[in-house]
Amino acid sequence: MKQAAEIQYDSRLEGDLVVTRLDAAINWFRKNSLWPMPMGLACCAIELMATGASRFDISRFGAEVMRFSPRQSDVMIVAGTVTYKMALVVKRIYDQMADPKWVIAMGACASTGGMYRSYAVLQGVDRVIPVDVYVAGCPPRPEALLDGLIKLQAKVAREPVASVWKQPPQEPVRPAAALALDAPTQAVPKP
Amino acid sequence: MNARDLARQLRIHFLHSVTEPAEFRGELTVRLTEPSQLPEVAGFLRDELKFDLLLDVTSLDNYGEDPRWTLVYEFYSLAHRAHLRLKTDVSEEVSELPTICRVWRTAEWHEREIYDMMGIRFTGHPDLRRILMWEGYPYFPLRKDFPLEGRPSAMPEVAFSERAPLEGGPFVTAPGAKDAIRREPRVRRPGGEG
Amino acid sequence: MKTVRQVVQPDPAAAAELQGDRLVLNMGPSHPSTHGVLRLIVELDGEVITKAQPDVGYLHRGDEKIAENMTYTQFIPYTDRLDYLAPLANNVAYVLAVEKLLGLTDRMPLRGQYIRVICCELARISAHLLGLGAFAMDVGAMTVFLYASTQREKIYNLCESLTGARFTTSYTRIGGLARDLPEGWGEQCRQFAAEVIVAINEIEQLLTRNRIWVERTRDIGVIRPDAAISYGLTGPNLRASGVDHDLRKAHPYLVYDRVQFDVPLGSVGDCYDRYLVRMEEMRQSARIINQCLDQLPDGPVNVEDGKVVLPPKARVMTRMEELIHQFMLVTQGVNVPPGEVYFGAENPKGELGFYIHSRGGGTPYRLKIRAPSFVNLSILPELLPGHMMSDVVAILGSLDFVMGECDR
Repeated sequence: MKQAAEIQYDSRLEGDLVVTRLDAAINWFRKNSLWPMPMGLACCAIELMATGASRFDISRFGAEVMRFSPRQSDVMIVAGTVTYKMALVVKRIYDQMADPKWVIAMGACASTGGMYRSYAVLQGVDRVIPVDVYVAGCPPRPEALLDGLIKLQAKVAREPVASVWKQPPQEPVRPAAALALDAPTQAVPKP
Repeated sequence: MNARDLARQLRIHFLHSVTEPAEFRGELTVRLTEPSQLPEVAGFLRDELKFDLLLDVTSLDNYGEDPRWTLVYEFYSLAHRAHLRLKTDVSEEVSELPTICRVWRTAEWHEREIYDMMGIRFTGHPDLRRILMWEGYPYFPLRKDFPLEGRPSAMPEVAFSERAPLEGGPFVTAPGAKDAIRREPRVRRPGGEG
Repeated sequence: MKTVRQVVQPDPAAAAELQGDRLVLNMGPSHPSTHGVLRLIVELDGEVITKAQPDVGYLHRGDEKIAENMTYTQFIPYTDRLDYLAPLANNVAYVLAVEKLLGLTDRMPLRGQYIRVICCELARISAHLLGLGAFAMDVGAMTVFLYASTQREKIYNLCESLTGARFTTSYTRIGGLARDLPEGWGEQCRQFAAEVIVAINEIEQLLTRNRIWVERTRDIGVIRPDAAISYGLTGPNLRASGVDHDLRKAHPYLVYDRVQFDVPLGSVGDCYDRYLVRMEEMRQSARIINQCLDQLPDGPVNVEDGKVVLPPKARVMTRMEELIHQFMLVTQGVNVPPGEVYFGAENPKGELGFYIHSRGGGTPYRLKIRAPSFVNLSILPELLPGHMMSDVVAILGSLDFVMGECDR
């Protein structure tokens, strides 16, 4: 403790030291290096590729590291129609992702089933996995996906981190509902 | 040699089972009255008449009529640049006809798809499984008595299905229905009247 | 020509001793090189494939059932999402099938037909660029993908000013088009056609004599012509095997008989040939676009028939007959006579066919989509065995399929 107190008052370190909340620092790291798991299923995957490619360049937001391995990724971008045949596969890949993890439902199909109201299509991927951000469009333009990513970053920035570590581990700590930016910052609802 | 000559040759060779070609919008359609002869007819079409490309195999559900199923084969000849359609009927009780995947390998997947979607079986098919839906799905979705919104089913660990909320859609009026109520899309149910 | 298996195993007796258990490997439905949601179950002996079983249907959305429940016009947006790399070409193929059923084919105005051809060829360039970019990326050349992407964005800009959307265009209507070309579009298109040739040349310099590329693709995945025909392959995959069949030449639809273009053919039928054929097809497409822009006549784009095409809004508001037509078209759809047609169009992936069975009225009784990707994939169980595991990505990339179309 004594040493720490010394550092706090050491004028030689002035300017090299930032004091902030642990939550804020960790969330800042997290939100600027969201590695996506591109769950490219259908047409939206093409716009996802366009977002990653030369013109829109998702790396401006720190999310260019597309990882096809769920173990290495933080945010699953569900891009395309989720059919019933695919639904449990998507869930399984989601389950394999390491915490903390987020989900962007890209496009109308992934959000609600979209124009495919039929016997074969899951009516929204939120029926099998929790979704953080829904991006509208069929398909959404790359700008819309980037906007969704920025909204997710805003959400990540407000998540409690250190306070959750102190608690005993419990089942899903995040609400599955969509992000409502206007709503007052809500801590994790206790079950 | 054009498609008409080729269809005539087919007719001459299978006088008792192939009908006169009918023409609509420049396309020739022949009917095969004996589905059991399908492999022979297919072999003749490929080897003698040089219809070397099997473009497509389709099934039709004539719901409420007998025979219920119609199989539609689209043939194309690269040598003659001619197209020919062959149709054959299968009743619901039989729901089975011989495969032609020994003649064209491409028929294997087309026939699997028909089995998957309509539930028509093909005798002699090497691998007659579902192809688009998952193995174990209990329904045949392209049948006319199957609703668009689907039916619930569950196979633990594999897949599940639910009923899609159509919310009054699909928004299509039924032309020629008896009265305005039946024309309204909102009351229309697949397989139902109108 | 030796297959990999012969090279890897020089002595059968020694090889038999070495053979151990077979390894069954599951590839997909989420895998970077299966281009979507194809699943492959391969049985391996060491690194050599002994058996392969594709599993499709992970994107089966029920398009054909949906079509039975809506009017012909309402189904146009669904055709965008079949082969979502070439939506414009799908739109055109679908409405041509409906127009054939309506008996309108000979009455279509020339200008509309020229624009449709331009659309088809733009779609072909777009689809081949992405197919090639993804193919190259799978084999290890990332740059090609980015180069191709840059060009595709230009096509998207053209599509956007033409149709309002980047790639879910829904541009065609039964009996015509949603709208005429915007002002100055032809010049932009011509400029693009010139630029894309430069980009194709650049890609060619990167790949065609690139030793890694050649080693990875040459003599890999050889499809003999008879096998290609027996499996019903169409499009560039069939032509790479040396079979001269292009629907634009064999049965010229639209105005393909008024433009000059060559149909490139392969000689071996391996992945390298399929790559070369696609490269040349893009050049020919640019050539067709230029000719169409040169020949583009003035005049209407839609057929003169109030029972098929929506009348202009000003007339609807002022005249009784047009008002009735508009009302009937919107509520009940185009009244199609009973009958059945099959129409196949030469799409980027192969022959996209629509079989429409009508019993009259505004809704198809049955609409079957003959998806080239579905048919092209059916050759995999025969094509893959004997190849190394690493060749799978090259073969899949060279077959250039789209699962949205395959599973429908």
